[in-house]
Amino acid sequence: MQPFTRIQGIAAPLLRDNVDTDTIIRVERLFNAVPRADLGLYCLESLRHLSDGSPDPEFFQNDLRYQRASILLCGRNFGCGSAREGAVWALAGMGIRCIIAPSVADLFAANCFQNGLLVFTLDQAIIEHLAVGVAADPAGRPLVVDLERCQTGFADGEPIPFSVAARRREALLEGLDEIDLTLKQQSKIHDFRQRDGELRPWIYTA
Amino acid sequence: MSGQTMYEKIWRSHEIVDLGDGFSLLHVDRHMLHDGSGPVLARLKERGRSVSQPDLCFATLDHVVSTAPGRPVTSDNRRRTIASLRDGVAEAGIRFFDIGRTGQGIVHVIGPELGISLPGTVVVCADSHTCTHGGMGAMGFGIGSTEAEHVLATQTIVQAKLRTMRVTFVGNAGDGVTAKDLILAAVGQLGSAGGNGYAVEYAGRAIQTLEVEARLTLCNLSIELGAKVGMVAPDEKTFDYLAGRQFSPKNELWNRALASWRDLPSDHDAIFDAEIEVDISHLKPKITWGTSPAHVMDIDGIVPDPSSTGHRNAVQYMDVVPGRPLVGLKVDWVFIGSCTNSRISDLRIAANIVGGRKVADHVSAWIVPGSENVKRQAESEGLDRIFKESGFEWREPGCSLCLAANGEAVPPGARAVSTSNRNFVGRQGPGARTHLASPAVAAASAIRGVISDFRTMKD
Repeated sequence: MQPFTRIQGIAAPLLRDNVDTDTIIRVERLFNAVPRADLGLYCLESLRHLSDGSPDPEFFQNDLRYQRASILLCGRNFGCGSAREGAVWALAGMGIRCIIAPSVADLFAANCFQNGLLVFTLDQAIIEHLAVGVAADPAGRPLVVDLERCQTGFADGEPIPFSVAARRREALLEGLDEIDLTLKQQSKIHDFRQRDGELRPWIYTA
Repeated sequence: MSGQTMYEKIWRSHEIVDLGDGFSLLHVDRHMLHDGSGPVLARLKERGRSVSQPDLCFATLDHVVSTAPGRPVTSDNRRRTIASLRDGVAEAGIRFFDIGRTGQGIVHVIGPELGISLPGTVVVCADSHTCTHGGMGAMGFGIGSTEAEHVLATQTIVQAKLRTMRVTFVGNAGDGVTAKDLILAAVGQLGSAGGNGYAVEYAGRAIQTLEVEARLTLCNLSIELGAKVGMVAPDEKTFDYLAGRQFSPKNELWNRALASWRDLPSDHDAIFDAEIEVDISHLKPKITWGTSPAHVMDIDGIVPDPSSTGHRNAVQYMDVVPGRPLVGLKVDWVFIGSCTNSRISDLRIAANIVGGRKVADHVSAWIVPGSENVKRQAESEGLDRIFKESGFEWREPGCSLCLAANGEAVPPGARAVSTSNRNFVGRQGPGARTHLASPAVAAASAIRGVISDFRTMKD
């Protein structure tokens, strides 16, 4: 997994609430043999157009200034809905490394950490304030996200603290693979299974 | 020291290592695999790893298989997806319920039905509706593909311990109110993020009186509250349901399991991190008007005035009018199926309304049984004939129109009443408009050709 230490990049606004994983990546893209790396092409595709079919000028993907965004400033309950990890692959494929929202769905957040994407929450007012600050000149006002210090903000501004579970922070900083870590616990897993086989034999005899 | 909640009891009995900071390594008792799992098995192999405990894995096909009679394979990609699972499970020695075989069906229907998901077990699947298994008193939760690979490699999973929430339904629900209406009411009250970070336990007399299949429906929508886990305490109904099922424990093991299961319910003095009451004494059948399961109203109510940009977007997408009823709006599609409402009890409710009536000419109405066993049971009761004679399509088991992953989709702009769980933008197909409701509301709407309150149907 690619480590995450500190990034500086363009932050794009996606401030609507309840952006679900069906909206982030449509299911037919996932079951259509689109390679993981190409899912970014389809990320958020259903939000790009207005109901009359014309491009929505308000949507960040239609604004060239946000084309190289690596940070998303989001609304509440981001990533709700299905457990599809393709939603994270699509965001990563679009170049996103960090997601900041007032609240994030549990399954989506877990999938982000499995793929080296940093997710954390900030107050909605702070996120909106950051979005306003970026909008005037997205490339000229990049956001810094420093996971070592657990701080974000404009390069020339006051740092804003955020928190991430220590275990997840460490895994991101080091780029650790969770399967490798768990395989080191093999003897404890073995002992558990021995003990549990006595306590709950019906689990193992299906 | 206060007592423990059911969630805490299951957590402790599965904890292999306390990793600190709220995380633990947990044993996984049951891993359900579906058509999306083929690439996960392939990736595991690519990385030089193998399946640790194939006997604790159970695989079927549900997401991408056609539910049309004869099961045509409608694209090369779907053919590859299906082949990838077949090859992967054969090589790993994982039990597999292939299409046409007894046992095939939607993962969250077959788990309980075959006695795979048992009280007190940890059940995982790369699908968010794994919370459904909570209706058996299991701790079921959805995981991602990478986590699924972890489970295959180790039969364990790293999880952050959730806070606990008890949602108690108080009062007696009125006629025609089903588990679907109870949980939609809870989602409407708490919002679609109200359960984020929580494991929910549903309680109250109304829950105790629910049959097991209805509890599965209830727990199915936990994720629509944002809660990855939703559970009901197992009781005699659960045990009666499980007795004699294919993978349920037998003989002496059954007695030992039963003794253990009786200790699972939360202790009387257990303290939950949050306590919520949902008053159901005036509850009516529910239907959604918008693009979130929390956009819910009474079937005979009016669409609320928009209170946010999100609501305005939803009203526009759904082409509904604030201040006006939904009843009477023309319906193009009706879908009775999905891991929410495709069990035999759901089909009986629908058949009861449909019997002797005809589906309106302009409506495409589908019944998609949740499993091969549900389908055969329904056929043995003659329900398939009732549906076919009224103009419904009687389909093969699978996820079908719930998420449109198999090429079956509601057309753009069409309005559907569906018994599934998500009304997101484009969920049932690009541009499709979904109203979530119970099988009774869906069946009545198919007959009348407009959104209908089944309680007012006379002939």
